[in-house]
Amino acid sequence: MAVKTLTIDGKAISAREEQTILQAARENGITIPTLCQLNGTSDIGACRLCLVEVAGIPKLLPACVTRVGEGMEVSTDSERIREYRKMIVELLFAERNHVCAACVENGHCELQDLAISVGMDHSRYDYMNPKCAVDITHPRYGIDHNRCVLCGRCVRVCDEIEGAHTWDFQGRGANTRTISDMFVPWGQAASCTSCGKCVQACPTGAIFRRGSTVAEMKKDRTRLDFIVTAREKKQWIA
Amino acid sequence: MDLNDLIEIAEKENAGAKPIRLRCCTAAGCLSQQGDAVKNALQQAVADAGMSDRVEVIGVGCMGLCSAGPLVKVDPDGALFEQVQPEQCASIIASLNGGGPASASVGSDDIPFFSKQHPIVLENSGRINPERIESYIATGGYQALYHSLRDMAPADVVEEISKSGLRGRGGAGFPTGLKWATVAKMTAERKYIVCNADEGDPGAFMDRSVLESDPHRVLEGMAIAAYAVGATQGFVYVRGEYPLAIARLKTAIQQARRMGLLGTQIFESPFDFRVDLRIGAGAFVCGEETALLRSIEGQRGTPRPRPPFPAQSGLWGYPTLINNVETFANIAPIVTRGSEWFSGIGTEKSKGTKVFALAGKVTNTGLIEVPMGTPLRTIVEEMGGGVPDGKVKAVQTGGPSGGCIPAAHLDTPVDYESLAKLGSIMGSGGMIVMDQSDNMVGVAKFFMEFCMDESCGKCVPCRAGTAQIHKILSKITDGLATSADLDTLRSLCEMVKSTSLCGLGQSAPNPVLSTLRYYPDEYQACIDGGATAEASA
Ligand code: SF4
Ligand code: SF4
Ligand code: FES
Repeated sequence: MAVKTLTIDGKAISAREEQTILQAARENGITIPTLCQLNGTSDIGACRLCLVEVAGIPKLLPACVTRVGEGMEVSTDSERIREYRKMIVELLFAERNHVCAACVENGHCELQDLAISVGMDHSRYDYMNPKCAVDITHPRYGIDHNRCVLCGRCVRVCDEIEGAHTWDFQGRGANTRTISDMFVPWGQAASCTSCGKCVQACPTGAIFRRGSTVAEMKKDRTRLDFIVTAREKKQWIA
Repeated sequence: MDLNDLIEIAEKENAGAKPIRLRCCTAAGCLSQQGDAVKNALQQAVADAGMSDRVEVIGVGCMGLCSAGPLVKVDPDGALFEQVQPEQCASIIASLNGGGPASASVGSDDIPFFSKQHPIVLENSGRINPERIESYIATGGYQALYHSLRDMAPADVVEEISKSGLRGRGGAGFPTGLKWATVAKMTAERKYIVCNADEGDPGAFMDRSVLESDPHRVLEGMAIAAYAVGATQGFVYVRGEYPLAIARLKTAIQQARRMGLLGTQIFESPFDFRVDLRIGAGAFVCGEETALLRSIEGQRGTPRPRPPFPAQSGLWGYPTLINNVETFANIAPIVTRGSEWFSGIGTEKSKGTKVFALAGKVTNTGLIEVPMGTPLRTIVEEMGGGVPDGKVKAVQTGGPSGGCIPAAHLDTPVDYESLAKLGSIMGSGGMIVMDQSDNMVGVAKFFMEFCMDESCGKCVPCRAGTAQIHKILSKITDGLATSADLDTLRSLCEMVKSTSLCGLGQSAPNPVLSTLRYYPDEYQACIDGGATAEASA
């Protein structure tokens, strides 16, 4: 096992060579905002919130998919990065219809938390107000596309952990939609095992348990972690 | 099949040629204007006149001057007929027999549009019949492959390409030899060659033309690459909107396979190389290499972060060499004529030639191939013949990823570095000329709309950012914007450029940024005057 030493925000740390900057930062108590990243699933570098600066490299690098390197000088909190992060969150809020006051996830939402952490109080961009569907054909769960941020966590958790691959995307650009099976209502998606992993994985109120009302939907990410890592951590041999 | 067989085929082909040959363009541009009817009418006229013994009519690929199509060229040293109509064909044939002048308009191939060109990639275009492998072999085709397999070690081939200074013609200009060397160094049980023919820039048709006019040249380049890096399977990823290119590639692959120039034991050597076609479904983003690879794998075509680069981990995780059509088309000539010959053309850092699709407000539109470093002015004013009634205002290069270069910079040599310095890029070779009637805000909006529609939707800055940029631009052209919107626009462009995942998003703001840089008053005028501007480009 090779170990690399590097600095993140001036703090000297060591990390295993296969670790990402994000993992190394977290182990050392340094928070880098993330959205598409979900422990236990593959990293796709899509939300761009975890971008960091590395000395000597002109491009910003996504911490979730960039491996640590010897002598790397990472900074996660420069003025420029803070501004870009804020812009990304504002773009997300303007893109669909995030009406927190009427959302099942209100108060437990990762997007909301992000907005608070980047200090956003309004979006400088015009709201796009797209028409998005709500699908409650599944007996236990529902998906509200108004709240979807297209992070792909449901897609990956379903494909990589449950092995069902019910979810995927269709369309391009702003018209991208999360779809079940070959674009059938969720309730008719034959591949869905109703395991509920996507419900836990979804960072916003987009996927929810039916019957939850405003602010009632709380998600438990530790259960996903458990499913993925319990074997190696021998957590069930109590 | 060995060298003697190749030479024999070539000799037979050349000996079979009749004294007078009429070349009719049958590439998509001329076909769309009844080029095939012209070819049939000519054939009929030859038969009617009883001249079949000494006159032949062949279909060839693009001759370049698409704006004057359908084109018919008489060999040897005969006229170049422009905008030929089927009714005029009888008189053209009669004129060969001394029957008075033809009724078709006669153009000249001694104009700068042709004489300033330096054809390497296009040297066979418009000369050979792209549907017959013999026609390609008659020009010395597949001898470079033979030479590589028989006289060179794989490492020698890589070395030769490196020394030539060839850089990727798909846009970014990465040194081709370095890419080849990387793939060659990887140890893997399998490697792949991919030819990127997913040409998607609006107004660009260089790759289509090469595939329609000289498909074997690309296949030969791929086979040489496969030998050099140790691959045995290749894919040509060509967009579904190019049915003729697809048909000709299919024919070409079949012919080459039948002659033992593709497939197993090529030239009776231990080298195997198979080529298959993959047809794109119309997503611009699939021209981005990682999205293209996913699409070949049968997945949704979305880019992924690099590293790992395809050279390390590409198709199904195996090392994959991916180059575009024009790059592969340069390979056989480099092997045949040597790296020194090639590196003697062009500029210090940009070697060889580049094919451009000249379009927009110029007299002569079509395809041209010029040495790197040719000044923009030569291309636009001399070869293109300038703007019909007016003046050049700007030249847009690099398509939706590029920028607008104002007329004041027309003396800039066209090479990778010089264009980048002006805030544009070489790109794959689209070149759109604009005159005074073009509003630059409208131009920027046109390209932004394209990128917004073509964003794959994976990463936030590109997906949501391009939509917001487009919205602000619409506000500006509608006369509803304020100066504050300009600041928002500028900062958003910078952000999308620096934070997007792939090249599409990273370059999408370029048309806006370059017009903001050179034409700020046009933006300001929209804001002050509430003027309405639409792209007429
Ligand atoms: S439904 Fe939820 S988990 Fe799935 S892409 Fe949308 S926001 Fe992400
Ligand atoms: S930059 Fe655009 S095209 Fe590229 S990954 Fe992001 S959304 Fe997709
Ligand atoms: S968490 Fe790294 S890009 Fe989303």
